[in-house]
Amino acid sequence: MGDLYLMYKNITRKKLRLCLTLFATVIAFMIYGTLMAFQTALNAGVDLSANNRLITVNKINFTQPLPVSYAGWIKSLNGVTHSVPMTWFGGYYQKMQNFIPMFAVKPDSLLTVYTEITIPQQQKKAWLQNRQALMVGAKTAARFGWKLGDRVPVSSNIYSKKSGGHTWDFDIVAIYKSSNPQFDTSSVYFHYKYFNKSRSFGRDTIGFIALKTRDPKLNEPLIKTIDHHFANSFYETKTMPEKAFNKAFIEQLGNIALIITFALLAAFFIILVIVGNSMALAIRERTAEIAVMKTLGFTSGRIFRMILGESLMLAFVGGAAGIGAATGLVKIAAVLVPTLPPLILQPEILLSAGGYMLLLGFMTGIIPAISAFRLNIVTALSR
Amino acid sequence: MDTDNRQITANTTLYNLKNVSKHFTRGREVIPIFDNLDMSIKRGEFLAIMGPSGSGKTTLLNMLGGIDQPTSGEIWFEDQRIDQFSENALARWRAANIGFIFQFYNLMPMLSAARNVELPLLLTSLSKKRRKQSVEAALELVDLKDRAEHKPREMSGGQQQRVAIARAIVSDPKLLLCDEPTGDIDRKTSNEILTMLQYLNKDYGKTIVMVTHDFEAAKYAARIIHLDKGRFIEQGDS
Ligand SMILES: Nc1ncnc2c1ncn2[C@@H]1O[C@H](COP(=O)(O)OP(=O)(O)OP(=O)(O)O)[C@@H](O)[C@H]1O
Ligand SMILES: [Mg+2]
Repeated sequence: MGDLYLMYKNITRKKLRLCLTLFATVIAFMIYGTLMAFQTALNAGVDLSANNRLITVNKINFTQPLPVSYAGWIKSLNGVTHSVPMTWFGGYYQKMQNFIPMFAVKPDSLLTVYTEITIPQQQKKAWLQNRQALMVGAKTAARFGWKLGDRVPVSSNIYSKKSGGHTWDFDIVAIYKSSNPQFDTSSVYFHYKYFNKSRSFGRDTIGFIALKTRDPKLNEPLIKTIDHHFANSFYETKTMPEKAFNKAFIEQLGNIALIITFALLAAFFIILVIVGNSMALAIRERTAEIAVMKTLGFTSGRIFRMILGESLMLAFVGGAAGIGAATGLVKIAAVLVPTLPPLILQPEILLSAGGYMLLLGFMTGIIPAISAFRLNIVTALSR
Repeated sequence: MDTDNRQITANTTLYNLKNVSKHFTRGREVIPIFDNLDMSIKRGEFLAIMGPSGSGKTTLLNMLGGIDQPTSGEIWFEDQRIDQFSENALARWRAANIGFIFQFYNLMPMLSAARNVELPLLLTSLSKKRRKQSVEAALELVDLKDRAEHKPREMSGGQQQRVAIARAIVSDPKLLLCDEPTGDIDRKTSNEILTMLQYLNKDYGKTIVMVTHDFEAAKYAARIIHLDKGRFIEQGDS
């Protein structure tokens, strides 16, 4: 028997109370883990953005088109190593709900700008050659059960075909992966030429241009050069680092970060009250026992450490279980809702969760520990 | 009063109280308990302290045990003035020298008898094995070996008090301080407990100071002092 055993015995002496307290802690940390995984996933696009990638969009709004000729001019600029024109297709498979993040692109340029995309050589060849080729992210392929060689119809909620209808047919020739687990493999790409020739409107326009600079130091001057060049034209441009672009894209979803922070603060506060109250109650019931321990010769400091240790134990056991539950929940969510970005409990999340467990244990234990430290034997025993 | 005090040589005196006064203050009111009390307790003595309720018996015992401090005066234990010890020094001193026995046993409800007895040994540097041996020996002494794994609530009052005695003696202290150890126990069981204390006093040489209301219980002691209105009335040796 040691102090740890005593702490354990004290924590577990009231089973129902222990269960309720642990339950509350588990729930709180489960919410924390899940929301943080969600937030990190949302920010992943921002965090992963290459610092030498720029995006040029229409100055009015990034949903407004640009002339395809802009791409050629930008490509010719000194300091721009690669560039790719991209157009948002508004794709869906069979039903509107089966939304697909899908872009019409210049096939070879795409691979030089987005080097994160990895495909086998054989598939790369097919992707470049077949006019109706579709390059599908592994995640989307899994979602619809698409395989190499399938011919699939994809509809657009924006564009229609000259020949009538909203549906284009594609050959799945490539399924790409990424070595970075946070790089979302849900995007789908197809040939701009195929798209441009067959659509009923918007010919020779593109959505935006992604470009790579030789050196991040060239970003600033290039942004100035591009936007200055197209100023006062019919299609004025706004060029920005990929990071800013991705951020703007996420912010369209509303201020999610704020909502998440608020939910987490509320959860933490509630848990603090619940666990704090139960700790205070438990220690008050043990006043006489603490006095007896002091009488036997346990120093006040040792008792202080034991009680603080008890609340830390509670916080860490409940917190670890909660984070474990969050890991499971995130996996289930990925199966049930395939459109979700990749949710991963990164080491940083685990670390911060550990920090909050420490904080929780400390904040709920410190007051009972101090009162136990100060407890006067004579008054406590004569009650 | 304590006339034989001066005849006792230093090495046979365990406690020496000199001019001890104790007041409690409740708001502005000062409640005197003792005034200029002198007393000494010899090594190996079995002393009973009697007196009416509120006479200060518990307060005196608490001061002897270093869990309460005199308002003025000196409390000597062997050659140390314990009333001048710091709180932590007192805790260590208690752990090394004193076993406490309370009226309501004050065992830890979530621990088995054996673990309750082991508790004071956490304050020593004894190995796990040695601790186990000591616990077994102590439980053997109070004849509760077969109850080692029982929780306090699974035992009678008398058995719980025996566990408490085992806890008090497990680290082999010089002195046992008992505050009405049989106050909550029937006559027959009381006699068993008191016989056990007497045995610890006679055969193991433990010094025992016992507070009691009960004349029958006090008879087990070798010396009885009465405490009334802040004064001692000695009854002489029996
Ligand atoms: N912390 C305290 N504050 C104020 N007064 C106290 C305090 N502790 C004890 N007293 C008072 O001191 C007096 C002596 O108390 P004590 O507990 O020592 O008496 P006792 O002889 O042990 O009585 P009993 O036989 O009832 O246990 C009582 O009048 C009590 O009210
Ligand atoms: Mg009393």
